[in-house]
Amino acid sequence: MKTCLVVDDSKVIRKVARHILESLAFRVEEAADGREALDACAAQAPDLVLLDWNMPVMSGMDFLRALGLSSVSPRPKIVFCTTENGHAHIRAALDAGADEYVMKPFDRETLAGKLQIVGLG
Amino acid sequence: MSDLSPASTRVFSAILEARTGQQISPGRRWRIDVALAPLLRARGWRSLEQLAAQVGSGRDPALAETVVEALLNNETSFFRDPAAWTLFATRALPGLIEARTAERRLRLWSAGCATGQEAFSLAMLLADEPRLAGWSVDIVATDVSRAAIDRAREGLFSQFEIQRGLPAPLMLRWFEQEGEGWRAVPALRRRIRFHHHSLLEPAPAPARFDAIFCRNVLFYFADAVRTRAFDRLAGALAGEGVLMLGAGETVIGQTTHFASDAAARGLYRRTQP
Repeated sequence: MKTCLVVDDSKVIRKVARHILESLAFRVEEAADGREALDACAAQAPDLVLLDWNMPVMSGMDFLRALGLSSVSPRPKIVFCTTENGHAHIRAALDAGADEYVMKPFDRETLAGKLQIVGLG
Repeated sequence: MSDLSPASTRVFSAILEARTGQQISPGRRWRIDVALAPLLRARGWRSLEQLAAQVGSGRDPALAETVVEALLNNETSFFRDPAAWTLFATRALPGLIEARTAERRLRLWSAGCATGQEAFSLAMLLADEPRLAGWSVDIVATDVSRAAIDRAREGLFSQFEIQRGLPAPLMLRWFEQEGEGWRAVPALRRRIRFHHHSLLEPAPAPARFDAIFCRNVLFYFADAVRTRAFDRLAGALAGEGVLMLGAGETVIGQTTHFASDAAARGLYRRTQP
């Protein structure tokens, strides 16, 4: 079973994402910020990280940079999932190594399509 | 389950079929309520029965046209059914390029394109094909819905629409943010000619296409109408051309003009006359 780490400081978003991802046959873990996410990845790298941008303690972008410097292997697919919906933000995320980008709000079909694009559909 | 009376259901079904060839199967009659509810609200009418009586009277052609537009299903997305796109890119396109090397021109038709996502997907795919550098690539996209074609020409998609099936790098490259939506850049829009067209009419110019995408359209037709539509498609496809149907669609028992490519299931080619 594929695994996904949902990283978002909103409990509601984590719950919604979990519901969708479980319906897509993922086992889901949760983290409330980038620091928790790094620890979770170090313990056991997931196949996918669904990543919010703005979070306390450590942002999504800082997590992405830290993950790149870490020894986490194999590297999970990174899909941003955020309200930062501007062209510049999306470009910055892709340039920093994100594999895909989901603009909130999102639904099951949108997320399923993005997972197909990154090879986890 | 719809509360609509059988007589009113027949009015809406009949006008849709008469103008577009499309049927509303018994299992999809609930769509009438959903599709027409906004029209009811906009006109301040109490019930669909009232709307059906008005449409059935034949006294308001513009209203009938509005009802037909509302009943058409414009569901679509970018690169819908990715396996079909892979099949086209890897098993159909190389042969088409080889067949057209002398004239360096490809003609493609997105038939039943709804709001245009399939045609834009095709344009993006072909723009990135190095073997087509310097070629003329003509993409014609048609739909029976005037409202859908108007939207397709605009090339403006909501946030929900733009991220359905479209990889983020392609979105950034080919679309610009505009208000709450994303609009295709002129360089992409220029690659496609959108026209209002019914599949029951003669094919649009140049009527000699190398590939026709007609996906998830024909299954709305009655058998006899579908066979006629296949006749039109066969007449519009070049000898070496390919027809792409929807994942759940087939030619078996529908037409003798097409057969599945033995080497690439899902691609359909014209049978010999």
